Amino acid sequence: MVDSVDGITNILVVGIGGQGVMTAAEMLARTALNQGYDVKKTEVAGMAQRGGVVSSHVRFGPKVYSPQIDAGEADLLIGFEAAEALRWLPWLRSTGVAMVNTLRIAPPVVSAGLYDYPADPIGALTASGLEVHAFDAGAIADELGNPKLVNTIMLGAISDRLPFPADVLKECIIAGFRAYKPKLAEINAQAFDAGRQAGHV
Amino acid sequence: MNAVVHAKAASRHLLSGNEAVARAAWEAGVRVAAAYPGTPATEILENIALYPDIYSEWSVNEKVAVEVAIGASLAGSRALATMKHVGMNVASDAFMTQSLAGVVGGLVIVVADDVGLSSSQNEQDSRYWGRFGHLPILEPADSQEAYAMVKQAFDLSEEYEVPVIVRMTTRVCHVKAMVEFTGERIERRPAGFQKNPQRWVMTPANAKPRLPLMHERDRILRQVSEASDLNETFKGSDRRIGFVTSGPAFMHVRETFPNAPVFKLGFSCPAPLDKIRAFAGTVDTLVVVEETEPLLETEIRAAGVAVQGKDLLPRFGELAPSVLRPAIKSLLGEPYAIASRPQTDLFPRPPTMCASCPHLGPYFALSHIRNLNIIGDIGCYTLGAGHPWNALDTCICMGASLSMAHGMDKGRGDSDEKKHIVAVIGDSTFLHMGMQGLLNMIYNRGNVTVLLLDNRSVGMTGGQENPGTGEDLHGLPAARVDFAKLAEALGVRPERIRMVDPYELPTMVKMVREETKMEEPSVIITNRPCSLTDRFERFKSYEVIDDKCTGCGNCIDLGCPAIFVARRETVTAKSGKSKELVFARIDANACTGCHMCVETCAPDAIVQPKTPDRVIRIHPHG
Repeated sequence: MVDSVDGITNILVVGIGGQGVMTAAEMLARTALNQGYDVKKTEVAGMAQRGGVVSSHVRFGPKVYSPQIDAGEADLLIGFEAAEALRWLPWLRSTGVAMVNTLRIAPPVVSAGLYDYPADPIGALTASGLEVHAFDAGAIADELGNPKLVNTIMLGAISDRLPFPADVLKECIIAGFRAYKPKLAEINAQAFDAGRQAGHV
Repeated sequence: MNAVVHAKAASRHLLSGNEAVARAAWEAGVRVAAAYPGTPATEILENIALYPDIYSEWSVNEKVAVEVAIGASLAGSRALATMKHVGMNVASDAFMTQSLAGVVGGLVIVVADDVGLSSSQNEQDSRYWGRFGHLPILEPADSQEAYAMVKQAFDLSEEYEVPVIVRMTTRVCHVKAMVEFTGERIERRPAGFQKNPQRWVMTPANAKPRLPLMHERDRILRQVSEASDLNETFKGSDRRIGFVTSGPAFMHVRETFPNAPVFKLGFSCPAPLDKIRAFAGTVDTLVVVEETEPLLETEIRAAGVAVQGKDLLPRFGELAPSVLRPAIKSLLGEPYAIASRPQTDLFPRPPTMCASCPHLGPYFALSHIRNLNIIGDIGCYTLGAGHPWNALDTCICMGASLSMAHGMDKGRGDSDEKKHIVAVIGDSTFLHMGMQGLLNMIYNRGNVTVLLLDNRSVGMTGGQENPGTGEDLHGLPAARVDFAKLAEALGVRPERIRMVDPYELPTMVKMVREETKMEEPSVIITNRPCSLTDRFERFKSYEVIDDKCTGCGNCIDLGCPAIFVARRETVTAKSGKSKELVFARIDANACTGCHMCVETCAPDAIVQPKTPDRVIRIHPHG
């Protein structure tokens, strides 16, 4: 479990528009609410979503005022893409944990040769001296047969670092699938478990 | 089925400010709700549409939405209009005069200020409208307050017969937080319109006697504000600085300085200046933390109370803890160390058009034609100003493209002599405020080539419906405007109205070339739906045959995010000049098989693996 300050847990979920960052953050916020915490979740939406950077802030505790996580105050950083994790690394506190998908997505400005994608973003993350766990969530999703499972895999990966039991988060996710997409409930349960295992490597 | 719609009183939910407003409107007995989509307010109406007891609609613009709400109010119904901050500029003509006449059924305007410009062309402080229009303002700081204040706003509106503004910002609209419901819907039967020309016909003779009544209402509302429990003092042990604040800035202040006394304004216009004066007497220094303009600060200072604010804090952007902390620490003379790690210098990820976006074709064409001044508008197509197209020269507000283009044609300077003037506008923006510009251009013998990019949705806000989509807010079939007939009715000659498939790049380029050479206005209408909506049909993805790719880079110029550079090679041409070759590849997951890039590839290196299928169904009108 991550050490929170003042009883508030700060989780920053980052990635690119369309990756499911906001859905993952929503799952965390809902679970925290069900656990009786005061919760706030915020992100920048709208124009920025068209292939842009998406960051979703989730804060929960006895009483939460500001919805935003300041630089140096995130207990958990969940990176859905390697360079985005690196971009948001300064938001992590020194005792925090970064859980990162090794996926690399270069935007058109990189394709066009205007900018470079960092050669080794995971290496740069690790060199920070902070606790960084990186794994290929896409490969696990492919093994399970559905690339959309990355979201659940990433949540599984951080599930043992929350101030409530991992199964509570799992149940919240699976309950959602049972209610709206029952066919996907079982495979998401498997994805959560696989992610949970990967998060300990 | 949305769980919130049927939730009972005393249940708790994780809701955005926008969702909370929708629930509150339902409980308050709202019968009519109208809006035009705009970030960050869009989801209010989308959520209201889930409540069957409320008539709700996408209006064609914000002024129309407010007028619809006014009409409903005059019939005795509670009515709601919602919009983003720039929508208030459009709507103001209606409410500035309705403020004089007043209302019958509660009338609330929810306005969402995009503080920090996450998705807007400017940053405006809508609290000025309250002063300008003599309208009270309530300012929620989170979802629970948005829920409570919208209900209070309707009561206030009916009691004092005044339209009430609820001012939200992005950090209320889009923040999800816990909301506990305190009630369920209370039905209110409207009495019906009571004819009263002296009250409702705002001729000079009828409007004049309303002026003193409006000013008297201001005086009474100030007393209401002074007595309101929405204006609340939070005690604090550290009295060196006392904060006056409202909206999400309150949350940031409490987060950053939990021991400081705070006077929080929920009923912020008219401001409770007596209460603020009394609060000022309990602290050493009074600091106003307000997003964004020094509005309260000016009013407090004018009331003779010493105050600080924008001398310490920025006049724009969010006043987040990271902004507040250094400013206030410096006022206190306390050291402040920045604890965070240095930021890695990384590439940007600017927003971009989507794979198979129907705007890619027109921008490919515009970027390949010289001597154009391209006057743009508000929508996804504004992204045409960016890489790789660089084919949009202006953007200010909804519908400005056609009128500005006309003005640029009439006001040509020396360097424009040989230039053709092009206006680019989307379907929804054209219907919002653009078609008047076309009418004006025709009437005044202008000469502009108009690209009407009809993607059958309000794209940037998430694919909402409009009169050009053939569906309404509820997804039900609705009358669909025929853009070609509309252009003709506005006076464009039928020969100069051209329909085009934006995916057919050679046709697209040829047509823009032809029409810009004409000495009269033309309208080119594209006919492919937004690729993020259900109206879009996805096909098998394409791939690049590596052996055939010559590295010309033409397909990269399209700007499709599914095409990326696999490798670069520098070669020496026969002339001795060195040239960079760019070898492309297609991301099969992102490609939707629109075939646009095939048109750019001379060596036919882009193919569909196996069963090629170049036939794409164009959705018929209606």
